This record gives sequence, structure tokens and C-alpha cells, in this order.
Amino acid sequence: MLAYLARRVAYTVPILFGVALVCFALVHIAPGDPLVSVLPPDASADLQAMLRTLYGFDRSYPEQFGRWLWRAAHGDLGTSIATGRPVTDEVFKAVGYTLRLSILATLIGFFFGSLFGFVAGYYRDSLVDKAASALSVLGVSVPHYWLGMVLVIVFAAILGWLPPTGAGSGNEGFFGSLRFMILPAVTMSVIPMGIVARTVRALVADILAQEFVIGLRAKGLTDWGVFRHVVKNAAPTALAVMGLQLGYLLGGSILIETVFSWPGTGFLLNAAIFQRDLPLLQGTILVLALFFVILNLLVDVVQTALDPRIQRS
Amino acid sequence: MAALAQQSIVEAPQPKTTGYWTGVWRRLRRDPVAIFAGLVILALILMAIFAPYIAPADPYRASSLRRLRPIGTAGYPLGSDELGRDMLSRLIFGARLSLFMGITPVILAFGIGSAIGIFAGYVGGWVNTAIMRTIDVFYAFPSVLLAVALSGALGAGFGNALVSLTVVFVPQIARVAEAVTTQVRSRDYVEAARASGAGGFTIVRVHVLGNVLGPIFVYATSLISVSMILASGLSFLGLGVRPPEPEWGLMLNTLRTAIYVQPWLAALPGVMIFITSIAFNLLADGLRSAMDVKQ
Repeated sequence: MLAYLARRVAYTVPILFGVALVCFALVHIAPGDPLVSVLPPDASADLQAMLRTLYGFDRSYPEQFGRWLWRAAHGDLGTSIATGRPVTDEVFKAVGYTLRLSILATLIGFFFGSLFGFVAGYYRDSLVDKAASALSVLGVSVPHYWLGMVLVIVFAAILGWLPPTGAGSGNEGFFGSLRFMILPAVTMSVIPMGIVARTVRALVADILAQEFVIGLRAKGLTDWGVFRHVVKNAAPTALAVMGLQLGYLLGGSILIETVFSWPGTGFLLNAAIFQRDLPLLQGTILVLALFFVILNLLVDVVQTALDPRIQRS
Repeated sequence: MAALAQQSIVEAPQPKTTGYWTGVWRRLRRDPVAIFAGLVILALILMAIFAPYIAPADPYRASSLRRLRPIGTAGYPLGSDELGRDMLSRLIFGARLSLFMGITPVILAFGIGSAIGIFAGYVGGWVNTAIMRTIDVFYAFPSVLLAVALSGALGAGFGNALVSLTVVFVPQIARVAEAVTTQVRSRDYVEAARASGAGGFTIVRVHVLGNVLGPIFVYATSLISVSMILASGLSFLGLGVRPPEPEWGLMLNTLRTAIYVQPWLAALPGVMIFITSIAFNLLADGLRSAMDVKQ
């Protein structure tokens, strides 16, 4: 286990390096001089040269990358061009909002996804199974930003039950702020729901077809007892899928956050793109990708710890 | 004796073998869901091609007097948008850009990704390791994030969106291509070809390609649905197609302000994206079982 852990962590290091390189390159594949966005249009040549030196754009790429990486490793992602505040502060404020939303969405998705998956797997080829399969195809096919709009239309514009956008002013208390999260979290939960349902259905059907289940029934275990065995066997994989889905939601929330004006990382990215705030764009993407890589690592490690049968090579 | 043997080979009645693709088509034909999905896609493609003949009105002609007319207004069967343009015509014309933007990146990535993956899988060794570890880096970004990051950095626009989406799908296809090629490479018939002195290029062309392209193709079709949603998503964010072009994602974006005035009208473009995406998903599922590709 320890050897596996060490190998898995060692394998992550070059990935992290690659991720940093891609994020660094983002600013340099952007058309035009990265300085232009910080400069007033009538900047003098002196000011230009000064800023160029200040931002380090006059150095070679490897040198720039090294300096950027060194500072990033120390928590300094530069300064936002639009607001003048440190990128790190902006990103972590937004990450809190995105995490809250993604975790709630993952929990909703996991609960209903496993419910549908279990029922469908237990009663294979029944009407319930077909309905669950159809639902999961719909879940992975729906353009979720559109689903968000439809939910806003129904629950905010027509029924007026829930606020259409925003995260509230922060003074509503727990339940008050939860009201703001319901629509975006439900919209977001559709994707993990479909994927979890599909996975759990296949898992349950697989487990039920194994001989040990017949053995359990033969020795007189009740349905409930058998069910507990099935859950125990399905849990590691299902939890791993849930963990990965949380990662996808963290990084993929941009469209949904835009629909709901949710002040998370997606919203921040959107602002960064349209204000050509390249340091902010770079920093946000780096942080999100780091979250994703670390989450993948955690999922692998937890899965191995939960399921001793997995002997990783 | 030798002559006799030869003669018997020549004269042996040719067994009527049906090809692989005939079998695939026969199985696909028995799958009503896949056939229906295929017909929907065909209809959408025909709609895109013949848009000027089908659309009742000019999709660009705005009218400040007839803005946001409800669905079913005389002269506007599906209402009019925020600039008074005919919704039905814009939805029909929208199929052109939306389908093109959804399908093209997958085709490009199919070509590039297969080439990279087959090369890595066939060559093996440290070249394989180098290529696959580089590809792993791209897996560290969720697809949506990578697409938005690239097109955000490159700048909004149709071409940049296509490039970004292609970059998103290349690693995914390359990984599948590498996996199947590595499997095929160790088969006996490849060994035999190598022993008989065939060059690397010939082996890939004759023995590898035919056996790996099927599974890669199936995987690529399953990506079209994702690509449709992502491409429209980029336009929805304002990173893809620019106004006034009709494109479903962009139409959703510009109609967002109208959800209190004409809620159902505002949701229409999304219905088109949804239908297209479901149809591609179901067709990909059908193809997968017809071609007997395990996932």
C-alpha cells in the first residue's frame, strides 16, 4: 500500500509540472502583446519598457516560466489586471462558492443516481430499468446551461418560488442562502446523476450475477442481508465515480455559474476572459486543474484503501 | 499431386462470406432506437443543407416593431426574437453552424488523435511513454475547462472555438487509439507479418488500421454529442459564433434577457441542441453494440 502510494504521488509530480506549463502557455498563445491589456492606449515608450521589465516579459520563456512557477508555488499568482488585487485572493474567494455548489450537486446526483442505479440493476429489463436508462441518457445529453434556463423560467419567472440568480447578500442565514443554491445545484447534479446511475446499474447487475450471491441466498440470508453485501461490493467503485464527478463539476461549472450569476470560479473565468485579464485567467485555471489532479489522486488512494482486492501494478 | 491441389483451390466454390460491415449494418437495422436516431440526424443535416428553401423568412431580417412575438403569431410560427427576427427561420439556419461546430472538431480530432495514438501504440517503448504522459497532462483539465481556457486565451471567434474543441478531443481519441493499437500489436498475425519481413508502414496499413479504426470510430461518434453541447456552450458564453449569425447556443444567450417576457420562446434553441445531442448519443450507443465494441 505504501509503495503504491509513493508511486502514485511520484506519478502526479510530472503531471503537475505539465499542468503548470499549459497554464503558463495560455498567456503566450493569446494573440498580441500580453502587455497591451495593462497599458493605457497612449502609454509612452518609457512606461512600456518599465512595465515590460516589471512584469518580466523582457526575459526568455524558460526564465519567465521558472520565475512564474516559483512564485506560484509560494502562493503568488500575480495581480489581476482588472481589479489590481492579488489573483490568489480572488480565486480562493470564488473557489469557496464553487466548492459549495459542486459538493451539494454531487451529493444530490449521487443520492438519486445510486437510487435509480440500484433499482434498475435489481430489476433488470423491467419498466423501472428502462425508465432509469432513458433518464440517464437524457441526463448526459441535456445541455445543462439550457436546463438551468428552463428551471429559472419555471421556478423563478413563472412560479416565483426561488430566486433566479446570484448567491444572496450573505445575510439570509443558512436556509436563506440555501434557497439561492437549489436551482444551480439541481441543474448541476443532472450530469453526475446520469453517470452514477449508469455505473451503479452495471455494478449491481454484475454483482448479482456472481456466485457468492447465490451462496448467500442458499445459506438463508434475507433480501436485506444480500442487499448489504451488494452495497458493500458496489461502494468503492461508486464512490470513486462520485469523487471524479466532483472534480469535473468544479472545473466544468462555468456555464452553469454564468446562467445563475453564481459568484464562483466559472463566473470569475468569464469575467477574466472578457476583460482580457490574463493573469486572472491563468491563475483560476491553474487552481482548478490542481484541485482536479489532487482529487483524482485522493480518489485513487481512497479506493485502494477501501477495497483491498485492488492490487495496483 | 501439386497440380491437383492447385486445381482444387482454384475450382473450390467461393464460400459466400458476408463482410464485417454487412454484419454491422444488419445488426444496426434491427435496432429501432438507433435507426430512429439516425433518421433524426439525417433530417437535421438535410435541414441544414436546404435551409434557404425551407425557412419561411430571412433569418437576418430584423424588425423593431415585431420584437419578441409569442409562439404562434401570424407570420411568425415560432415567434420572433429580441430583434424581431423570425425564430423558426433562425432555428432552421442555426442547424448549419451548430452542426458544423459540433461535428468538425470530432472529425479533426479523429484524424489527429488516431494518428498520434496508433503511432504511439505501434512504436511502443519510450516514445510511447513520452507521448502518453504528455497526453495525461491534458486529462488533468476537465473538458469544459480546457475548452473555455483555450478559446478564452485565443480570443472569441468561430475558428478559435473549433481549434480549442479539437485540442480537447485529440488526447481522448489518442488514448483510445493507443490502447487498441497496443492490443493489436501483440497479436499473432502482426508477429507473423513482421517475421515474414513486412515493413512497419505496411504492417500498420494492412494489419493494424483495419482492426483499430472501428473501435476508435465508435468512440469518436460518442464524442459528437459532447462536442455539440460544448460548442454551443462556447457560443452561449460568447466565445464562439458572433452575432448576428444564427447558432443555437448564441441564440440561447441573446434570448436570456427575454425569459420574463417570452419564457418558452427563450428556451427553444436549447430544445434543438438537446434533440441533436440525444440523437447522436443514441446512434453512438447503437453503433457500439452493432460493431460489438466493448467499453
